[in-house]
Order: sequence, then structure tokens, then C-alpha cells
Amino acid sequence: MVNLKINGIAVSVPEGSTILDAAKVANVKIPTLCYLKDVQKCGSCRMCLVEATGARGLVAACVYPVSEGMEVQTNTPKVRQSRKTTLELILSTHNKKCLSCARSTSCELQRLALEYNCDEDKFGSPEEYPVVDDSSVSLIRDNSKCINCTRCVAACDMQTVGAIGPIRRGFAKHIGSPFEVALADTNCVNCGQCIVACPVGALTEKSNVQQVWDAISDPTKEVVFYTAPSVRVQLGEPFGNPVGTNVEKKMVTAIKALGQNVKCFNMDVTADLTIIEEATELLSRVTTGGTIPMFTSCCPGWIKFIEHNYPEYLDNLSTCKSPQQMFGSLLKTYYCEKNNIDPANLFVVSVIPCTAKKFEVERPEMNLDTDVALTTRELAKMISEAGIDFNAIPDGEYDNPFEIATGAGAIFGATGGVMEAALRTAAVKLGGEGQPIEFSEVRGTDGVKEAEYTIGGVTVSVAVASGLGGARKIMEMIKSGEKNYTFVEVMACPGGCINGGGQPYVPDEIRNSIDVRAVRANALYTYDESLPLRQSHKSPVVDLLYKEYFGEPNSHKAHEVLHTTYTARNKFN
Amino acid sequence: MTQIPFKGTPEQEAELKAFIETKKHEPGCLMPVLQEAQRIYGYLPVEVQQMIADGLGVTLAEVYGVSTFYSQFTLSPKGKYKVNVCLGTACYVKGADKVLEAIEKKLGISAGGITPDGKFSIDTCRCVGACGLAPVVVINDDVYGKLTPDMVDDMLSHYID
Repeated sequence: MVNLKINGIAVSVPEGSTILDAAKVANVKIPTLCYLKDVQKCGSCRMCLVEATGARGLVAACVYPVSEGMEVQTNTPKVRQSRKTTLELILSTHNKKCLSCARSTSCELQRLALEYNCDEDKFGSPEEYPVVDDSSVSLIRDNSKCINCTRCVAACDMQTVGAIGPIRRGFAKHIGSPFEVALADTNCVNCGQCIVACPVGALTEKSNVQQVWDAISDPTKEVVFYTAPSVRVQLGEPFGNPVGTNVEKKMVTAIKALGQNVKCFNMDVTADLTIIEEATELLSRVTTGGTIPMFTSCCPGWIKFIEHNYPEYLDNLSTCKSPQQMFGSLLKTYYCEKNNIDPANLFVVSVIPCTAKKFEVERPEMNLDTDVALTTRELAKMISEAGIDFNAIPDGEYDNPFEIATGAGAIFGATGGVMEAALRTAAVKLGGEGQPIEFSEVRGTDGVKEAEYTIGGVTVSVAVASGLGGARKIMEMIKSGEKNYTFVEVMACPGGCINGGGQPYVPDEIRNSIDVRAVRANALYTYDESLPLRQSHKSPVVDLLYKEYFGEPNSHKAHEVLHTTYTARNKFN
Repeated sequence: MTQIPFKGTPEQEAELKAFIETKKHEPGCLMPVLQEAQRIYGYLPVEVQQMIADGLGVTLAEVYGVSTFYSQFTLSPKGKYKVNVCLGTACYVKGADKVLEAIEKKLGISAGGITPDGKFSIDTCRCVGACGLAPVVVINDDVYGKLTPDMVDDMLSHYID
């Protein structure tokens, strides 16, 4: 252990710790911008400068290692002046359209500028700002607000996608895609991890809010929403609830209050349906010598990733549509037929913690069954705009016939959840009743998790990737022949959908101090435990769907409505 | 970005790939590989940068980032005649900027660019060590000194067939 003093407070920290780590132990706050736990630590923005004995000049606390007897001062006139000037220089090129900015009040630069009493016009403003790249259907890059912290680049590299990077140098430096290609024409998978890493408003989702308002106020349209498993444990945060609060029932009430006759369904229903279809497909592949390992296909970020990087493995993907797209198709077919609605008049909105789902909606093979995919953030914005007092409204229930789902569907929102849900059902199919419900080996936020189960004489070897970095590791092990899996689950975002690119912004102070992914995932597992049904094959809604519409899993009709195809893409574009 | 189509040969590709193989396990090998690629092809177009990214197992964004960071790398091919205008202190005070302007006007391209027929490219440099002749322009191996803007037409006429 190393002993040092931060502002006179004695602390003892492990060797190799940084001053920033030690300051946390001493409960001393040091401001940061380019630093983000688990994403980037490079000491380039100079916000975290402090005075330390033994150092020449001010040092960057996020990277400077502690040493025995060191005395650190984080709040001297010199330090404060330096930070203030740094901020004012950043502000000199920042497009200060704060009032209408999506990050206003959640912007790290805005908060620091206020804390340090900055003059945003001290060094003037540029005559011209860079142009906005709005080519992507999922996200918008507005470099006029970019502060070149490169957190987005670090997030993209962590995903091993590398669609963006710093270009040129000095004053000409900016973040963009190689050869200045528009983002839509790159290998970007639309995961949105760059958006949630961005400290300012340079990266945002492409908003579909207006389209939804238009549909709600159109008397010829019937508007139906359905909410993804993880949204219930995220939506409370923008309304002041602690991370991991389950607000499902208030969420349902709020959605229905957005307009008259707005219905709200539970997407967990098609998560359950996915399990039945996918488990049937897997068992059929295993017994008939089909392509193994089979990969899950719920995550559109992963789908685009494999299409660019491992197109030779597209046959390994389950042909099941994602729960979002299954739901869209189900609504435009089964639901419309049953209720005598013209599909053209049914406006279908999915609410997801994901920006890649916006791209998925627009894939040609998806037929625009789901009209719009809204992120959790956009839904929160609509709720605020509608003047709904979120914390005060009464609890509500999902609408018939898609209201009841199982805990297996709910855990789809966390890494390992699809695998665990599949195992719950596969175990019963292979070994009969009385099988375990929980498979803890596949839980947790590690990049790669592996397990082997023998049920009813059949051994299945499974792997779970949390984040595309983990997915690439698994793919390389499969490619080299090092590993032979039966079934592989991939969620593009580290931690799964609970940490998706469309989740509410988490203030950096919270993100740097707790594992938001684990807290939200726990909330989903707690919810799962509280439900009377925890295995997808026990879902009465799924049962009804097969009885009334599909006949049996993987039937011709099921293939028509619930399955899809994939497209090989180039590595870089 | 250049509009000139990429005309790499299989020999050039083989040479670059062989070099990548010898370097790819060394840390920090991107710089020497980029330098070698530029020696082979004369510039670093997207096709060459993709070969490098593939060969080294790094992202295209990283290759592009490094190639645009250092001024020694060029993303635009050089012409048959490389016009180098010295903008060093001595040349500059003697009116090199006016000479450059005249050359750009005559060839219809800016410094860093190449004419659509691939014949001329213009670059600027800092001091070729002939300050006594300021302002100086070097075209391939020919040196022209004590230039004024009205001498530009005559100077370039030697290369316009």
C-alpha cells in the first residue's frame, strides 16, 4: 500500500493507483472530461490537473501514479485558474447552442463551466462550424459541439468496431470516419456506445419523437407501443429515481397518457416467443446435423457486426427475428387480422434502450412492420413534453392480449439473459420437469462467459459475449478451431441492453463510482424472481399464439412471420 | 481527396504485403509500413490503407488517423511533374506566396492537389537551401530561382507538351 495525503487527508491506496483513485478514497472530487471508467484513461483534456509534491508543474490526476509520502493539492488558485482557462479554451470552439441541446442539464461541459464560473465568450467563437453528419438512421454527429475528448473513439475501439477515429492534428483535428465517409456508409453498427460515452451533445440518437406525436394526433391511426425488457429499469432515472429502480407500472400509465387510445404492450411476450422458436431451431440443428454453433439474433448491433466482420458465419445465426421485429410482425398480421384493423392504419412504436434498433426497423426485409423505434431517452422526453408527472401517476397494467410474460423474457435485457432463458426451456424439453430455473454461470458483466451443461444425456457447450469486444474474442476462438460451442449469445453492448446506446444518460460521477450495468441487471433478476412464471414455454400468451395462429414452433406460418435473412457486407463499408 | 482512380499493380501489392509480414509483430510498426507503402505507391489511397489495416489487424480509422496526423504522408498521388514551391522565410519575404498563387491559377489546382490528367501536382515546402535564389520553385530535379508571378507561364511551358 502507498500512503499519501490529498488536501491534507491521509489515505492508503494500492500501489499503481492514480491520484484520481486516491482522491476517491479521500472523498475529494476532481473534475474530469476525457476520463471515463472502463472506457478511457489518457490524461489529454487537462481538466483533472492537480499539484503534487515531486512533480514539475501540474499533473493529470487520472493517469499520474501515487507515490509514498506524496502530498496532493486539488484546490489551489493555480489549479482552479488552469482548469478555468482549459474550459474557456474548449468553450471557444464549442457551439454553445445550449438551450435546445439534447444534453442541456446533463452536459458535463455545461456543469463544469458553471462550477468554474467560466466566461464562454472569453476567447470568441469560430466564424464557421463543422457540418453535421446526419446520414445514419440511428445517430447524429454534430462536430460543432465536439470537444475532441475521444471518449467516443475509445468506446468504438472497445467494441472493436473502429468506425471512427481522430483525423489530422492541431486545430484541424476532429473525430470522423476514415476518408471522411458519411457514418451511414461505414462499418458503424449503430450500437450507440459512443453516444453514452460523449460528455456533451456532439453525439445523439436520431430522434423519431415528432413522427410519434404526428401519429398520435392523427385520427385515422391507431397507435400501439411495446416496451423492451430493460426499459422498466431505466426509465425512472431521468425522473430522479435511483439507478436500478423498476418503474414498469408507472411507465405503462405514462405511455397510455401520451394520447387517447394509445395502447401499451409488453415486449417480453415476444422474448418468450423468441425462446420457443430459437430453442426449437437449435434442437433441430443439433439433431439433424445443421450448422453449429448457433448464434442468437436478437441484437441488431451484433447482426451488423457479424455481417461486416464474419460474413462467412451468417448461416450460424438463428433465423429468428429479434423480439422487436417479431412483435412488429405479430401486430401487423395476427393483431390486425383479429381486430379487423387495416395494417396501414396501425402505427407501431417500440421502446428500446438501443439505437441500433432504429437501423433494424429500416432493414428492407423487415417491411417497416414496426414503424418507429424510440429510445428510452426519447420516451422520457415525450413524457416530460406531455406534462406527465411521472412519479405521481398511478400504476398501470399492460394491454390485452400482450400483457403477460415470463421472467425468462424479462432477463433478455441483461447479458446472459437470452442464454439463461433458452436454457430454462431447453432443460425441460431435454430432461423433463424439475430442472433448475437459474443458471448463474452465464450471468455477470464479464466480456466472455462459458459454461457446459449436461441435461437428459445431451451436453451443450455455451458461450456468452457481453460487448462486441467479447464477441470478437469468441468468433476468433471459433474460427481458429480452439473452441466448439453449441450455442452462443451475443449482446453488442457491454452488460447487454441495460447498458444500451439508448439508455438514459448517467452522470459521469455516478458512472465512475458504481457499476451501473450490474445494478440495472440485478433489478431485472429481482423482477424475474418476483414473477409467477419464469420459463418461456409456460407463457399463456405464447401458448395462445401457437393455438390460434402459428400451429407449432418453426411452422411454415411461423417462418413467414417470425424469421428473417441476413446480408453479407464489406469489412469497412 | 483525389479523384484519380487507383492504379496499383499486383507487383506493388505483393511488395507491400511482404513488407507487412516482416513488420507486423513489431510494436509501433504502422509508421514504417505507411512509409514503405508511400514509397511503393507514391501516396496512400483508401485501397492501400485498407490493405495495411487488414494486414496489421488494426482498424482503418487508426491507419487513416496516423496518415493524416503526419505531414510526411500524402493521400493524393503526385503528378508526372512535381512542382515544389518553397515557402521558407527568405522565399516568402521575396513574394513566394504570389508565385504560388500564379502557379495554382495556371494549373487550376491548389497546393496539395493534382491536375485531372495526372501531369502536375503542387506542393509547398520549407527552405530548399537556395535562399540566394529566392523565391525558388523546384520541378522534379529542375530548380527555378528569382521568380516573379509573370515568369510562371514560361517556366511551366517546358512541361506542357
